[in-house]
Amino acid sequence: MGLSKKDILDIESLSSDEIRLILEAAESFKEVLGRDIKKVPTLRGKTVINLFFEASTRTRTSFEIAAKRLSADTINISASASSVQKGETLSDTVRNIEAMNSDVIIIRHPASGAPHFIAKRLSASVINAGDGSHEHPSQALLDLMTIKEKKGKIEGLKVAVIGDIAHSRVARSNIHGLTKMGAKVVLYGPKTLIPKGIDRIRDEGGRMKDEVKKGSDSSLIPHPSSLSVASSMEEALSDADVIMMLRIQLERQGQSLFPSVREYSRFFGLNGRNISLAKEDAVIMHPGPMNRGVEISSDVADGPRSVILDQVNNGIAVRMALLYLLAGGHKDAIAH
Amino acid sequence: MKLLIKGGRVIDPANNIDGVYDVFVEDGKIAAVAPHDPTLTPTLYPSGHKSLRERGEREVIDATGKIVVPGLIDIHVHLREPGYEWKETIKTGTAAAVAGGFTSVVCMANTSPVNDEPSVTEYILKKAREEGSCNVFPIGAISKGLQGEVLANIGELKEAGCIAVSDDGRPVMNADLMRRALEYASGFGLTVISHAEDLTLARGGAMNEGVTATRLGLKGIPNAAEDVMVARDIALAELTGARLHIAHVSTKGAVRIVRNAKARGTKVTAETAPHYFTLTEEAVDGYNTSAKMSPPLRTKEDVDAIKEGLRDGTLDCIATDHAPHDPDSKDVEFPSAANGIVGLETSLPLTLRLVEEGVLTLSQAIERMTVNPAKALGLNKGTLSVGSDADIAVIDLDDEWIVEPLKLRSKSRNTPFAGWKMKGRAVVTLVGGKRVL
Repeated sequence: MGLSKKDILDIESLSSDEIRLILEAAESFKEVLGRDIKKVPTLRGKTVINLFFEASTRTRTSFEIAAKRLSADTINISASASSVQKGETLSDTVRNIEAMNSDVIIIRHPASGAPHFIAKRLSASVINAGDGSHEHPSQALLDLMTIKEKKGKIEGLKVAVIGDIAHSRVARSNIHGLTKMGAKVVLYGPKTLIPKGIDRIRDEGGRMKDEVKKGSDSSLIPHPSSLSVASSMEEALSDADVIMMLRIQLERQGQSLFPSVREYSRFFGLNGRNISLAKEDAVIMHPGPMNRGVEISSDVADGPRSVILDQVNNGIAVRMALLYLLAGGHKDAIAH
Repeated sequence: MKLLIKGGRVIDPANNIDGVYDVFVEDGKIAAVAPHDPTLTPTLYPSGHKSLRERGEREVIDATGKIVVPGLIDIHVHLREPGYEWKETIKTGTAAAVAGGFTSVVCMANTSPVNDEPSVTEYILKKAREEGSCNVFPIGAISKGLQGEVLANIGELKEAGCIAVSDDGRPVMNADLMRRALEYASGFGLTVISHAEDLTLARGGAMNEGVTATRLGLKGIPNAAEDVMVARDIALAELTGARLHIAHVSTKGAVRIVRNAKARGTKVTAETAPHYFTLTEEAVDGYNTSAKMSPPLRTKEDVDAIKEGLRDGTLDCIATDHAPHDPDSKDVEFPSAANGIVGLETSLPLTLRLVEEGVLTLSQAIERMTVNPAKALGLNKGTLSVGSDADIAVIDLDDEWIVEPLKLRSKSRNTPFAGWKMKGRAVVTLVGGKRVL
């Protein structure tokens, strides 16, 4: 089975079958990564461009390693070094890059929808590596992979997502991914960072109904109540199987979205005390980079329940899977 | 030059006329409106017959089966000249206007240079005389450079031909400056038009705040950004006793606030645009920049309130906020895209949908596109009264057509209605008795 898509733009437009396919392919690649020789020739001769209009270390490096493990040629372009500062439009920039016979363009951009915009204009494959406050699909996929690995399943789990939901593309991608895979998602954060209608983004525009109509995986179609906003940290954490803490952008202090780092960490941070509200075997996740002592205390981040570095590790396998499947690869053909 | 528009259903809301009449035009003025008399005129001479014209005899336009109305008036357009001639010019903008049945357009001051000096007003009026197809009435700036800091030379702007003042496109955030603008402009008999939006609440948002914005990860603009500004400006209109006009009402709350103010006797009028009673925020889905505008498209609840406001007269008029943009301004990532859509050529059929839906009677629809906007800004237009300028539109209510952006007469094609099936279209437009369509 392959993936019949040109681009990976968001989790919202992936079916649960497609998500499962990507996760299975990622698991196979993880096995490859455990070998002495970690490289496969799958994408030899292909060109993968990392086009980053925002700073990134983790995601860009992860995509670069993933592409190299698949034997693709990879080029990194960052906005500060690009022609964007000379006034070139996004459309022209990506057309130029495509004209150099690029096969896959991985884009991170501060504008929500920028990957969708370029995908419509290019015949190359586009992978969204984070667009504004919209989505960050590869992050959600690596989160799903990590959860599945640690908990054995995703369906039926309670996942608490805590922090700056309003500006978080990680939150949106995970909301779609987790609910599609049957988890119960509970959101929490300062009211100023919980955007209007967030608990309805899965059922807006009859999307859920459409998925039901298509008849695929009807057992896994999320019920609207599988996505909710908690009214307290206690409610969010209690009996959680997974706690996903989001990075708070410290520069938002000036925007009156929360008064101070001190107050934020007291009321919205995860620490050695409130973690006891969650299930004993709950795992702690964070997409990074962390603000230690703000949204997460060091003892929790470095503690036995933290799977934060597993997330990073799985990121490479997930991104290999995406590149491989977009290039027309079939899950069953991954070298064993 | 004499002209007869024969046998149409004449709808002239200002004079309570709705019936089959003959309209007589002489020397650019309405000479008479009389019950249709089939025996009165020779039908032998087709419209535009040259020898007739030369002899100064009556030209006949057969309007049988059509409606004949005062030329439509759009009190909110951006003609983009001077300064943005690649988006629209006075020539192309007024050509679009007459194609849409409009005979008068009122153009906003956010040109480059801004219309905050008489020389700019004079330039616009000169271009309109030389190249325009319809009447053009300029609006002057409230503040110099639309900066919201100091008043523009409002008296001189009026003297040069401005008929109202507005910083449209930019709200006047300083409440004291708005108060002074209302006071000062009222001394010159000018209405102040408010682009009601609190920028601190709008926070640079790209669309309506709500589920769609949240799902798309776009910054939202709450209804309250409009509501608080409408409330503020109404309080200032009450303080000063000046005439206030609220531009492009898009929210349920703003309709309610204007309705309450009118009930108290406040001198306020308000307009909405066809897109605010036709589209919702869902049109933005897929990062559709042709549905990006300011104020943003709202929700079904707001659309319903706008329709009710139009029906009960809270919203006096329909104005298009015709905002032409070149493809380069729209064909970019959503947050960077320019706000606005072209509206002159789709306003009439979209308004006629409200008649079809039973929201407005045909006469009410025409009233909200003719005499009401004229009254809001004190224009002596919008009626078929004897002696008034012969600005007339003949409309075929049954003409079905598809919106094809490339066929629009506007220089820009930024419309969210591409491919929409429309019903109703102006077939003849006369400005001052002269046929321009």
